[in-house]
Amino acid sequence: MKPPPLRIHRPTSIDQTLDLLSEHSVSGKVLAGGQSLVPVLNMRLAAPSDLIDITGVSGLDELTVSGPEGQQEIAVGATVTHRQVERSVDIARANPLLAEALRFVAHPAVRNRGTTVGSLAHADPNGEMPMILALTGGSVDVRSRRGIRTLSAEELNVGPLETCLESDELITRAIFPALPAGSRAGFDELARRSGDYGLAGVGMIVDVEDETVTGLRCGFISVTDIPEVLDLGEVVSGTQIDEVAGVVSRVVDAVRDFIDPGGDIHATADYRRHLAGVIASRLFRRLCRTDNARIQGAQVHTAGNDAGNGTDTGADAGSGTGKGIENDTGRRRA
Amino acid sequence: MTTRLFGQKITRREDPRLLTGHGRYVDDVSGTAIAAAFVRSPHAHADILDIDVTGALDIDGVIAVWTYEDLPGQAAERLPMLIPHPSIVAPHTGYALAKDHVNFVGEPIVMVIAKDRYIAEDAANRIDVDYSFKEAVVGVEQSREGTRIVHEGMDDNVAAHIVQKVGDVDSGLDSAPYVLELDLEFERSACMPMEGKGVVASWDPGEGSLEVHSSTQTSTGLRAVLAAKLELPLTKVEVITPDVGGAFGVKINHPWPEELAVACAARALETTVKWTEDRREHFISSAHERAQTQWVKVGFDDEGRILGLDVKFWHDNGAYLPYGVIVPLNTSTHIMGPYVIPSFRVEYWSLYTNTVIVTPYRGAGRAHAVFMMERTMDAIAAELGLDRTEVRLRNFVRDFPHPMGLRMQDGAEGYIDSGDFVASMARLKELVGWDDFESYREQARSEGRRVGLGIACYIESTGAGPYEGGHIEVETSGRVNVWTGLTTHGQAHATVFAQIVADELGVPLDNVHVSTGDTRKLSYSVGTWGSRGAVMAGNALHLTAKKVKEKALKIAGESLEADPQDLEIVDGMIQVQGDPSSSMPLAAVSVLSNPLRYAFDESARAATQFAKESAADEPSIKGGEQPGLEEQEFFSPVRSTVANGMHAAIVETDPETADIKILRYCVIHDCGPMVNPLVVEGQVHGGVAQGVGGALYEKMAYDTDGQLLNASFMDFLMPFASEVPHVETDHLETPSPLNPLGIKGAGEAGTIPAATAIASAIEDAERIPIRSMPLDPSTLWHMRTSHREGDNSLSRVTSPNH
Amino acid sequence: MTADIGTEPTSTIRLSVNGVPHVLDVPDRKLLSDVLRQDLELTGTHVGCEHGVCGACTVQLDGDPVRSCLMFAVTAQGHEIKTVEGVGDDPENPADVQQAFIDCHGLQCGFCTPGFVTTIDAYIDENPNPTEEEAREAVSGNLCRCTGYQNIVSAVQRAAQLRAEGARL
Repeated sequence: MKPPPLRIHRPTSIDQTLDLLSEHSVSGKVLAGGQSLVPVLNMRLAAPSDLIDITGVSGLDELTVSGPEGQQEIAVGATVTHRQVERSVDIARANPLLAEALRFVAHPAVRNRGTTVGSLAHADPNGEMPMILALTGGSVDVRSRRGIRTLSAEELNVGPLETCLESDELITRAIFPALPAGSRAGFDELARRSGDYGLAGVGMIVDVEDETVTGLRCGFISVTDIPEVLDLGEVVSGTQIDEVAGVVSRVVDAVRDFIDPGGDIHATADYRRHLAGVIASRLFRRLCRTDNARIQGAQVHTAGNDAGNGTDTGADAGSGTGKGIENDTGRRRA
Repeated sequence: MTTRLFGQKITRREDPRLLTGHGRYVDDVSGTAIAAAFVRSPHAHADILDIDVTGALDIDGVIAVWTYEDLPGQAAERLPMLIPHPSIVAPHTGYALAKDHVNFVGEPIVMVIAKDRYIAEDAANRIDVDYSFKEAVVGVEQSREGTRIVHEGMDDNVAAHIVQKVGDVDSGLDSAPYVLELDLEFERSACMPMEGKGVVASWDPGEGSLEVHSSTQTSTGLRAVLAAKLELPLTKVEVITPDVGGAFGVKINHPWPEELAVACAARALETTVKWTEDRREHFISSAHERAQTQWVKVGFDDEGRILGLDVKFWHDNGAYLPYGVIVPLNTSTHIMGPYVIPSFRVEYWSLYTNTVIVTPYRGAGRAHAVFMMERTMDAIAAELGLDRTEVRLRNFVRDFPHPMGLRMQDGAEGYIDSGDFVASMARLKELVGWDDFESYREQARSEGRRVGLGIACYIESTGAGPYEGGHIEVETSGRVNVWTGLTTHGQAHATVFAQIVADELGVPLDNVHVSTGDTRKLSYSVGTWGSRGAVMAGNALHLTAKKVKEKALKIAGESLEADPQDLEIVDGMIQVQGDPSSSMPLAAVSVLSNPLRYAFDESARAATQFAKESAADEPSIKGGEQPGLEEQEFFSPVRSTVANGMHAAIVETDPETADIKILRYCVIHDCGPMVNPLVVEGQVHGGVAQGVGGALYEKMAYDTDGQLLNASFMDFLMPFASEVPHVETDHLETPSPLNPLGIKGAGEAGTIPAATAIASAIEDAERIPIRSMPLDPSTLWHMRTSHREGDNSLSRVTSPNH
Repeated sequence: MTADIGTEPTSTIRLSVNGVPHVLDVPDRKLLSDVLRQDLELTGTHVGCEHGVCGACTVQLDGDPVRSCLMFAVTAQGHEIKTVEGVGDDPENPADVQQAFIDCHGLQCGFCTPGFVTTIDAYIDENPNPTEEEAREAVSGNLCRCTGYQNIVSAVQRAAQLRAEGARL
């Protein structure tokens, strides 16, 4: 398992990068963190002749939260690692959903090197980041020698592991909007092992005004081909926050109806469909719990998952595990 | 007296080296050696029509490209059938490089040797093999049907078949008021050590000799087979097993095709050649284990006492049978477990399939046996409405030694030599809180949670012969060198063998230096497998140390003018018992033991011919004696010791997602007196973790074409720390009468009952019969659905499907 | 299209490993794990899967644990790399994390161990007083086939304790 022969270019400016991409558009590939690409190369499932390592390019390491309170934007440059995003207090405040979902991405050693923009470019329907970009209404800035364009998540993702990017194009940064005031957001998934892709996962944003649900949007991992957003505003709007139990089954039905999971060696399609409904149901109830009225920076998921280092965020230690009995199994999901 | 080291929790002496980057694993040997890579079959069953290597030859850095035709002499013959057994009706083994046919995905066809592994892989990718495809035989069911045949010339796929009996099972079953039948299934997993296999073969053209470093579990076995295959005098081949990054059984087969091909290439090229297996190769061309389809019929009385047990099982042995029938044989001889079974019959078929070969994986067939017996015990309890522990207690063996009436893997009749199953069960119930569980279950239910408690008991034949040896040498500095021939892959041999030797020789632990698995040092050995290291080499070294001590006391007795029987060794000083004033260091005895002409240092001077005041009128070395404070001794038992234990698991199953969590895991373990409890507990923890993997996460997923769908750590779900429970342990130490130290093996104990204990717990939580392992949330969820639609009885009598 | 075999692209690189600068000629495609092991003879870093899952090859890159099998050595320039030998290479005087593994019997075959050591060495700086659950999470990205992890989890807590004691001295 050694990668095939290849040449690595190490541009230092965006212009150089775009020139190289243009020059090697037939068999060149952008290399950032390499956490998805290098395993593929080591297994010789791909054999690009040229890799353009962008980690030394100045101007791609931007990680900012800007804009007025309530309308903030998070800008994540192409070389910013998952871990840098995850560790940012400002981001956790502006878009806690992003920070929360990041901790489900593989393990810390992979997040230390893997980039958030790289995950978006990889467009894996099992990955958390493409779904979060879609669910939060984010976009990416794309450059080539031919120009600059901004793509919504919907425009970017055209199929499993497939984006609309041309071979000479580079995503220079992703923009994740802050969650709107009054919204409650959460993410959960069930994976076979810690750090594995979820068998099914759900991201959810619930809009609440005056103790009344006014909107509900869901995104999914591992059960749709591309990260489409399901808007269930019509199903839930007007429901009092303490009376959502009455509409949960309609939410679950709508979720199971919307998704299109496939089966594999880890789980059948039917099970994944069932599971996505269960996760959505639990997440919806949890987000609507009146004691979950914290909005910005809230740790709303209770799956007990904190694949992070345990110091930068509050892990919900031991939730969901055996009460009244010694339990050392560590975390589990859902 | 010096405190006895045996039984102490001594931290490991190998650790500082391994922790600071000073381990030396096989890939660390000869870092710049030229490297081999292999073209492997992408097809499960095919004839090879043509091999075109021209694309590889013009790559800069390629040194050699070998196909079957390039193998010399005996190396071109079939690989050996290592363990012949009368039940084997159709022995088939492969070749070092495939000849004409391939029988599984991953079978090596072409060997490329290049300047480094990168280039070797480039070249391997450029070689074209032309195949004529045949239909693959995948899984027990298809193999048993026999409509597709793996090996040409056979009428079916049966590699081995045997019936073993104890008493008259037909009348036992006829007389039983209750009869149950169970259909069971166990899936494939694999040892999956963190270090794959590897070999570095070095040819010395001047000497005409071969030195091989291999991650093997038997350096002596590999040496013998390489000498035979390369047609070299045994003395011209040495095999060294350096540090090994885990084995668990998969490294006992020998020679692996790659070991033989690489050794041949080293000789032909007159250089050093290295092959380091990568993870994908390990998945598709090392060995797997565990897959069996089983049928049990049990007859029992009103009290739950078993009157007759009739078993048939079908064992998937993969494409070839190089390691014989050890796995199914162990299954068949361990089914009766810790119970008195008045009549028993077991019949098995070992079957060829177009998949990776099956050789022992930690437990080696015993986990399958426990699954049959313990699922049966739970079914009896359910049928009679009895507590599951009560049924077991009523059937336990209570008198020891207990003859099993079966011939074991070592060729000897099996006896349960020691144990106290009643006491073990009492301890397990206390540890897990068996009697309080129903109230816990009720409390959980009131919280909307579903929990279950499971149990599994096992016995394990350990410490099989034929023998192991020890060699001890006391240097004139007082340093004690200890050699044993078996290999080490994490078992703390450098610590536990040092404890045994230091105890007997009365020297500080730090003076004792243990070395293993090097045929240059001790060429008589069998290997490390079957929980035999401590029992076999431990006892051999104990006996060797006794001999050394005897010699030391004799020599010291002459110097101290004392009767050797009145002497003792304390902290490296030989003294008259209770009189430290009359003493001499063991190091000085070593000096005296080797009469010298030349004084190269101060201590040597004491051994030279003019050192003594007057000449004695006798030879310096008396008849029957040898110079040096050095001895060799072997231990060979009449039969295997039988260790035992009992596990209990508490699981929680999510009522909606069917996710399965292990809340608690308890182990009662009896391997006799423990040399080092720290090490034994570590073995148990690791064993349980592998059992948990086999219960809930790991399987080898083959498709119908014989492609392994999950040949990576992404899809073969070996548990991380987050998936493995904290293991609570307690020990019984009933000594074995079969060896001087009274010890029994511990290496495989944790793994053997784990999947079964977890199955029992899931069944208890779900009230659905669990008849197949492993179990994942998706499967459990579907079982719930079909169970709601079908029969709800836990103890339903299933009909045999054969 | 792969690059031409035989005229393999190589680069002269400057690598800083365990505080020591090196200048090396390496093929562009050579993985950092292989350069550490073969070119620099730092064989403490082990290769267990070469697809980034097992964690045996974990080294620190500017203090953060990363998989060295998922990095080209060429791209490691400009970073400070710390291997298990950098944590401590003296068997007579092991570093705190290494001593913790000895105290807790946290290793058996020792093959995965260097990846755990480099991971924990960084972790206990971030979380100087981990609970058992946090300790378990901290090592949940590394595979071990021998120990069942229990004693490794203990070693994380023990290492944190030793580091705190070391800091007080």
